[in-house]
Amino acid sequence: MKINHQWLSAWVRTDLTASEVAERFTLAGLEVDECLPVAPALDGVVVGEITEVQPHPNADRLRVCRVAGDVDQRIIVCGAPNARVGLKAPLATLGTVLPGGLKIKPARLRGVASEGMLCSEPELGLGDDAGGLMELPAEAPVGKPLADYLGLNDHILDIDLTPNRADCLSVRGLARELAALTGSELSEPAFEPVDPVIDEAPEIELLAPADCPRYIGRVIRGVDVNAATPLWMVETLRRCGMRSLGPIVDVTNYVLLELGQPMHAFDLDRLSGGIRVRRAEPGERMILLDERDVALDPDMLLICDQQRPLAIGGVIGGLDSGVGENTTDILLESAWFNPASIVGRARRLGLATESAHRFERGVDPQLQRMAMERATALILDIAGGRPGPTTERADPAHLPKPVAVVLRPDRVNRLLGTSLGKAQIEAILTSLGMSITAKDDALLVAPPSARRDLAIEVDLIEEVARLVGYDQLPVRRPRGRLRLLAGSESEIPEVRMRRQLAARGFQEIITWSFVSQDELARVGQQDGAQVLANPLSRDMAVLRTSLLPGLLRTAGANFRRGQHDFRLFELGACFRNDEDGFNEPARLSLLMTGRMHSEHASGPGRMVDFFDLKGEIEHLLALNGVSGKPGFRPCTESWLHPGQAASVSLDGESIGSFGQLHPELIKQLDWPKTAFVAELDAERIRTAALPVHRSGSRFPAVRRDLALVVQQEVAAADLLDAISEIGGERVEKCIVFDEYRGPGIDKECKSLAIGLIIRDLSRTLRDDEVDALIARVVTGLEQRFGVKLRG
Amino acid sequence: MSSQTPDGLLSQAMELVARAGDPRTLDEVRVQYLGKKGALTGLLKQLGQLPPDQRREAGQAVNRSKQALEAAIAERLVALEKEQLSAQLAAEALDVTLPGRLHEPGGQHPVNRALDRILSIFAQLGFSVATGPEVEDDHHNFGALNFPAHHPARAMHDTFYLPDGRLLRTHTSPVQIRVMGQTRPPVRIVAPGRVFRADSDQTHTPQFHQVEGLLVDTDVTFADLKGLLAEFVNAFFEDELEVRLRPSYFPFTEPSAEVDVRWTGEDGSPGRWLEVLGCGMVHPNVLDNCGIDPEKYTGYAFGLGVERFAMLRYRVDDLRLFFDNDLNFLRQFR
Repeated sequence: MKINHQWLSAWVRTDLTASEVAERFTLAGLEVDECLPVAPALDGVVVGEITEVQPHPNADRLRVCRVAGDVDQRIIVCGAPNARVGLKAPLATLGTVLPGGLKIKPARLRGVASEGMLCSEPELGLGDDAGGLMELPAEAPVGKPLADYLGLNDHILDIDLTPNRADCLSVRGLARELAALTGSELSEPAFEPVDPVIDEAPEIELLAPADCPRYIGRVIRGVDVNAATPLWMVETLRRCGMRSLGPIVDVTNYVLLELGQPMHAFDLDRLSGGIRVRRAEPGERMILLDERDVALDPDMLLICDQQRPLAIGGVIGGLDSGVGENTTDILLESAWFNPASIVGRARRLGLATESAHRFERGVDPQLQRMAMERATALILDIAGGRPGPTTERADPAHLPKPVAVVLRPDRVNRLLGTSLGKAQIEAILTSLGMSITAKDDALLVAPPSARRDLAIEVDLIEEVARLVGYDQLPVRRPRGRLRLLAGSESEIPEVRMRRQLAARGFQEIITWSFVSQDELARVGQQDGAQVLANPLSRDMAVLRTSLLPGLLRTAGANFRRGQHDFRLFELGACFRNDEDGFNEPARLSLLMTGRMHSEHASGPGRMVDFFDLKGEIEHLLALNGVSGKPGFRPCTESWLHPGQAASVSLDGESIGSFGQLHPELIKQLDWPKTAFVAELDAERIRTAALPVHRSGSRFPAVRRDLALVVQQEVAAADLLDAISEIGGERVEKCIVFDEYRGPGIDKECKSLAIGLIIRDLSRTLRDDEVDALIARVVTGLEQRFGVKLRG
Repeated sequence: MSSQTPDGLLSQAMELVARAGDPRTLDEVRVQYLGKKGALTGLLKQLGQLPPDQRREAGQAVNRSKQALEAAIAERLVALEKEQLSAQLAAEALDVTLPGRLHEPGGQHPVNRALDRILSIFAQLGFSVATGPEVEDDHHNFGALNFPAHHPARAMHDTFYLPDGRLLRTHTSPVQIRVMGQTRPPVRIVAPGRVFRADSDQTHTPQFHQVEGLLVDTDVTFADLKGLLAEFVNAFFEDELEVRLRPSYFPFTEPSAEVDVRWTGEDGSPGRWLEVLGCGMVHPNVLDNCGIDPEKYTGYAFGLGVERFAMLRYRVDDLRLFFDNDLNFLRQFR
């Protein structure tokens, strides 16, 4: 809501400057976004009058004017086309500095001395019309400082009101608030009823009394819609952000700003019969003021005549029922609509009107008659006309009942931590226009009808707090009953995972939770994807089922920014809608690309590979101790290289997959190099087991190395599992220290070198015992896998 | 050989010792004079051929030479080893100013870095962490938080909807409802997480992070809320910042407030008030909705934007940078 300081000052007598008012409002919850002067400083600019115009002796386009202003007469050379005798225009006297920085000095223009400057709107920062001198009304007093005459020593307060403060969407409401905040005197003008001159009363039928329980209409015949709206009103509207649109609309807008009552004026000639207020019928349409032909919903309230809809009640008028150039007779409307019957309708129609904004937040239900009288008086003043009687139809059963709220002073103090007395509280509430009667230890409080936000006790407590000032309320340092916050040791805090990954060289990223269908399809993750009903764009149309699209997007963007060697991770929720219903699994994604180490003086080093990423995953799983036995198996994922793709499991339960990105995908993404990527179940990784100590053996270990030749398809993991199984507890550890394929070995085979660490818990093993164990292992492997010892 | 005297042999040997350039050559000298077939050893063997009265004296002379030579060899050996080590060390010398072999260090995202700090401060004040789903229903996100159906207050939240009417939570406040639905007072939680608003411009991103705080107990007042927030803000920024509360409106708190801190510009320009969080006393309807008696219990709630705190703390001037994930940006917050 934009309001100018001068208007407010006419209602409340304070000595506060505009910025002081802004500060008070802000600290009372009416946040002032901006407090700007309505015009630049115009010291030295006065109202001037051209008393004589002569041609310039040396220039066709210049004229020599005699101008009355701060002193009787000055000679001013001027090139404006509208310079003429009798014109009143702004005169910048000598010494003035114009808003653009120009300083007015005595000058000679083509040989004639000029002692000042007559100004156009843009030269004064007052408008855009550069076509000539700014024309002032004939009655403007010559010599008066222009800023005083135009009332330019004013500020505009732009107030960002919260939705509960509908009462402050008017000068009246803001003035009441300011008076209460400053203890100043409020001078609410009394608007006397305007006596009817004619006795024509409109017919009004309330067919939807719950939506519109009060409708006041008044006929005014013989208005002059071409009369000029007075400068003060045009200027006031402008400062409050509204354009002048002719006297009738200007008056209704002015009353809207002044009192907070949206009004509407119909052209009486275009109406057939009386007013009917009803809900829209199925399939009904109308053409709005903005010329759009819209379908009306059955929950929309219409103002109709006997034949057709004229307006959507409280939202917007129709195209051809409003006041036009040829209107002479009008029907003025001042009604109260139930907020529930208005809210959301404007938005649904793609509209945001001042009227709907107020009605959906709640207009003072007692205001309609006063607004009608005020508007009538203003219209008569400006556009003339013969008013009929004010005609009201109301359904009291549906009008808001006055509320009376019980307020317990000790509850106030209990919630605010204050020790306010009953009298203090009463004084505060009274200053806000509430009437109070005592009720035992409590107060029975009746808020003013405009304060529709005050309905229960805590609403009043907030008012007390606001008026005392939040900065004046007491402060108590944190205290409380101690409570232990020890987390479970079998849950790895997310922060520990993040820090470990960061320490391992991974940079954390945070990507959008919404991605495009295409991006999910590209990595085969489109199943179970949940679409948004109102996405911002196609790129952000579905909720991610996987962190991969965000990861790939980020890596791609960084490749394009010239990054080569990096590691990324993200921890976050994904969204899946599948047979188990909707769930939000927490996932972890990893990516490694480029060199293992930064370029170094010792040589170029090597690129990261599959086993680097696998090692990182093993590191991560090591965080959770012995909570599960990790397993790695070849797997197939459309986004992974078929020969370098593995699934990860803990105790046989799959927790994700990783590997080298598929070369086709790299090509599609147009990346300069490949990357190794993983996506894992973050929840499962974070589940840890409590370590339990086992005493180790005090006896020495023996290492025996085996060189085994085996078919290439045989997985090393299977061999190792078999060795542990056959060898039993004495095989403490197996180390694969070489894999070889090539000359000397069968084409279909590979050679694996495996070191066995053998130890007994209770004694030192003899050589023959170790030999026997190794023989058992070798025989077992021969039988199970066709393994041969390499000769 | 027999013409050699012990002294003569010694002086020959001493010269060879001095000339030996490495331990091997030195050892050859030892063998030549002191080995089983060495010259000095030979003199000892010949002692038996001497008349008995000369043996003692001759024997002493040979032994003197032998001992002198052994000492000289040992001394020379130490010197040679020292030389050798110096040579080795010199050969192994590196330019230690060359960079180490490393990969680019990783780091936490600045938003999570700020979030960790926020949570650890509240943990010290006894607030435990609670979480809730990011896809919520209307009841938890709005209804139970005292947003009336179709109220303009809902328009303050540009909400993303799913086709079935569920929504992406617009704040972490629904966690209040979930926690109070499951536990009885005293309640003392913070709820961090992602939230979503259908809004994207210079100062808004469709997804950001909030921390919601909630304390419900007997005898909780607005004074406690003021005290907590001042303490938190000062702890987070490690500075005694001026904090002010301004009345505001949230359907789920009353009285409600916005919190501003007085912020000094980087250039030392005098403080502007910057809005950092919203808060208030839990609305009695919210407590009621969760089956908590508002006459017996009171509470406060607050919600802060993590990006806002990160921007102020690390002097980031554009919100959108947090979601560009440009490594040049992210790597500044390791």
